[in-house]
Amino acid sequence: MPQLHVEQVTLQFGGLNALTDVSLTVPEGEIVSIIGPNGAGKTSLLNCISGFYHPTRGRIAFGEHDLTRAAPNVVTGYGVARAFQNLELFRGLSVVENLLLARHTHLRYGLLDSLLFYGRASRQEAEGRAYVERVIDFMELEAHRHHPVGTLAYGIQKRVEVARALTLAPRLLLLDEPMAGMNVEEKEDMVRFILDIQREQGVTVVLIEHDLGVVMDISDRVYVLDFGQLIASGRPEEVSADPRVIEAYTGVAETRPPPAVAGAGAAGVSA
Amino acid sequence: MRTPGRDVMGDVTRWTLPQLLAERARLSPHAVALRHKEYGIWNETTYAGYLERVREVAAGLHALGVRRGDKVAIIAENVPAWVFMELGAQALGAVSVGVYQSSVASEIRYVVDYTDAVVVLAEDEEQVDKLLEHRHELPQLRRVIYEDGRGMAKHAGDDWFLSFGELLELGRQQATDVFGTEAAQGQPDDVCHFSLTSGTTGQPKAAMLTHRNLLHMGQALAEVEGFRPGSDYLSFLPMAWIGEQMMTVAVALAGGVTVNFPESSDTAMQDLVEIGPHFMFAPPRIWEGIQSQMFIRMQESYGPNRALYRKLLAWSTDAADASLRGQKPGALAGLKRWVAYWGLTRPLLDQLGLLRLTHAYTGGAALGPDVFRFYHGLGVNLKQIYGQTENIGIAYVHRDGDVRFDTVGKPLPGGECRIDENGEIVSRSPAVCRGYYKKPEATAETIRDGWLHSGDAGRMTADGHLQVIDRLSDVMTTSRGERFSPQYIENRLKFSPYVKEAVVLGDGQGEVTAILNLDPLTAGQWAEKRQLAYTTYLDLSSRPELAELIAGEVRQANERLEPHERVTRFVLLYKLLDADDDELTRTGKVRRKVIGEKYAPIVEALYDGSRERQVEAVFKYQDGQEQRVPTRVVIHSVPGMAPPVPAPTASAARAGA
Repeated sequence: MPQLHVEQVTLQFGGLNALTDVSLTVPEGEIVSIIGPNGAGKTSLLNCISGFYHPTRGRIAFGEHDLTRAAPNVVTGYGVARAFQNLELFRGLSVVENLLLARHTHLRYGLLDSLLFYGRASRQEAEGRAYVERVIDFMELEAHRHHPVGTLAYGIQKRVEVARALTLAPRLLLLDEPMAGMNVEEKEDMVRFILDIQREQGVTVVLIEHDLGVVMDISDRVYVLDFGQLIASGRPEEVSADPRVIEAYTGVAETRPPPAVAGAGAAGVSA
Repeated sequence: MRTPGRDVMGDVTRWTLPQLLAERARLSPHAVALRHKEYGIWNETTYAGYLERVREVAAGLHALGVRRGDKVAIIAENVPAWVFMELGAQALGAVSVGVYQSSVASEIRYVVDYTDAVVVLAEDEEQVDKLLEHRHELPQLRRVIYEDGRGMAKHAGDDWFLSFGELLELGRQQATDVFGTEAAQGQPDDVCHFSLTSGTTGQPKAAMLTHRNLLHMGQALAEVEGFRPGSDYLSFLPMAWIGEQMMTVAVALAGGVTVNFPESSDTAMQDLVEIGPHFMFAPPRIWEGIQSQMFIRMQESYGPNRALYRKLLAWSTDAADASLRGQKPGALAGLKRWVAYWGLTRPLLDQLGLLRLTHAYTGGAALGPDVFRFYHGLGVNLKQIYGQTENIGIAYVHRDGDVRFDTVGKPLPGGECRIDENGEIVSRSPAVCRGYYKKPEATAETIRDGWLHSGDAGRMTADGHLQVIDRLSDVMTTSRGERFSPQYIENRLKFSPYVKEAVVLGDGQGEVTAILNLDPLTAGQWAEKRQLAYTTYLDLSSRPELAELIAGEVRQANERLEPHERVTRFVLLYKLLDADDDELTRTGKVRRKVIGEKYAPIVEALYDGSRERQVEAVFKYQDGQEQRVPTRVVIHSVPGMAPPVPAPTASAARAGA
């Protein structure tokens, strides 16, 4: 059963520890959230999983695949897709074109096929377009299909970003703050999309989100990071009652001993 | 020679709707009846396919126990499943009930309960959730059929639900020919559909419509306008609204017209361009919307382009004005029109998807003469139609070549009209409905001796055109005894592209005042152009620059009003009037009473000489939360009008709030 295992991962930048001995498990088909104050190392952890960073120590595995030293394109090939916090879309291309580009990893035809555009090439392109149209329907982007991404409202661009990740037909979806900067209505829509991705498509979701209301509502399990260390984990109601979590969020910093790892300034590097 | 508009079918009112569909499927099985865009592709349904789905729905509903006289409610967007469900139910002798999909849960509960619906077709999870909220108060509701299965997996074990696909499958499994036996028993005078009246006052009433009502109207319109089978029509307004019902069901089946359903309600305007329909029906707000979009785009364009647009549009409009007056254009005017056609209006109409359009209609509310003139200038044959839900939404229409901006045209064939002693418009035709479901008093009040009392004040012109003034009950009187129509003034105010909504006050007062809503789109763009930063609508509406702009617009409107009708003061309301807050009806009409009560302090301030008033703005969010924000509402005087009574000091006004 494909599960994501993160085992004792430490990530160092020079003398700074962005992550220290972080271990977590994401069971198949669940929504797992990672929360923590700014600079806690949440995005660094996602970067380790998706292959942008390689951990200094520790191991990351997705099912039978070892992701510890895998390059991002290899990780994608294993069925892990990611939607970025700071939209990574081609702003000059239309929504359809952006999604078709993401579909590119699924194309299996050679130069000759593509020159003739006959048989395999045209068939696969048609399949790719059909798949993209299903994603457009799922993410309710019909009205924006042919609009250049750069001209769309921010909330819509966020949706395109998630759609782009979905177009890869992932088994594990990494969402980095998909609701940042959205209004209440847009957030509600996004929550519905995330729940449908999990329930209807059976995709496992790892979510980084600052809106704790949303996190507590939809997560099966929550992990809390602070200064690169895992300080709590469990079901949402357990985590929200945990005094260490409350402290990390309300910031009773004066009475708190400095982190045990090298350099309290680590916070500035990650996230 | 056949009568224009009547194809091989002859007089269609001798059939019921399902019988007529079966007849069309027999005569032209491969003709395209419906088109629906899905996954980016237009899918076609032939008359044979249409009939097949209707047969399956009829058999499926029969298996679920739906019988003659039962009610089947439909809460869905414009999708083929809607018409399949409607005609399938009607084939059994059951009655379809159209429900607005924007209704909130309590409204849906009311309608389903009031009409005794036993089966509901709900579009998707959103509509299903509204029904679930009141499930235990609706014991007679046996099954809920959903069209879109997304998010419905969690109800898998609940046999209250059935997917539309499963209903069709159930229909296919039935051994007997349910449609054949049941549809044959239908009579043209059976009640077949309930259409909810918009209810500017009180709860909505269900008008009971018969097959003959619908088909008489559909046939009469197709005859007058000469619709040809195979013409394209785009169905994008709520199907629960009588206007859409008459086009998508009555006109389409009576005239053999192809109905196109857009991909989603958000994409209707793009789908319009792809379809390029031959005729189109839209309420004023859609026509005004297209015009203000164009206005914005031209404002953003560069100077020479804008100048060219204005020049060519003026040439084209002059020519249209002349032909509306019945004059033949001279050589120079003809040349100008030719240049404007090829240089501006043809490519523009093509961009908008209106190039193939031969007939365009507006109805439901008055459309400003300026908007009318604008579309005729572009070469769009836009006409006003007038009618009530109770006579299938249309009883009067302009004839080709006899379009006037200030009338709603002449009665359709088979219709009679008169103005009674109170100045009320009353009409009689085979399209007048059977009355309201379970409301005999209201029926007796509205339909007397076959004459439908519209509640509208009107007058007939010498050459037989009908003019509509206002709702009879809405006509107001000033303290000096002068009568005025608030709606008439509101429409004049709304001709400004910056005014989205207007509520005119002044019944029993010395002066007319108004509560106005800015149009966030055009006013927002105006502000942006002047580098006025604003955050929310609340912020935008409190800008003094905007107040100055609107004061100018009101002054312009005043110039075209009688002295006693002129607006002296106005406020820019801090929120947009919204149907979800009961301030507008679902069809976008202003609910005066609700607004008068809800904004009582503001109304008071408009008349007690205050310059401003401190009020508490209440914002309701979709999740049910309420937020109260103390807000200062400024009373603006319109230049050129008498100043308000000397005001008490601002602090005194505030204390009074």
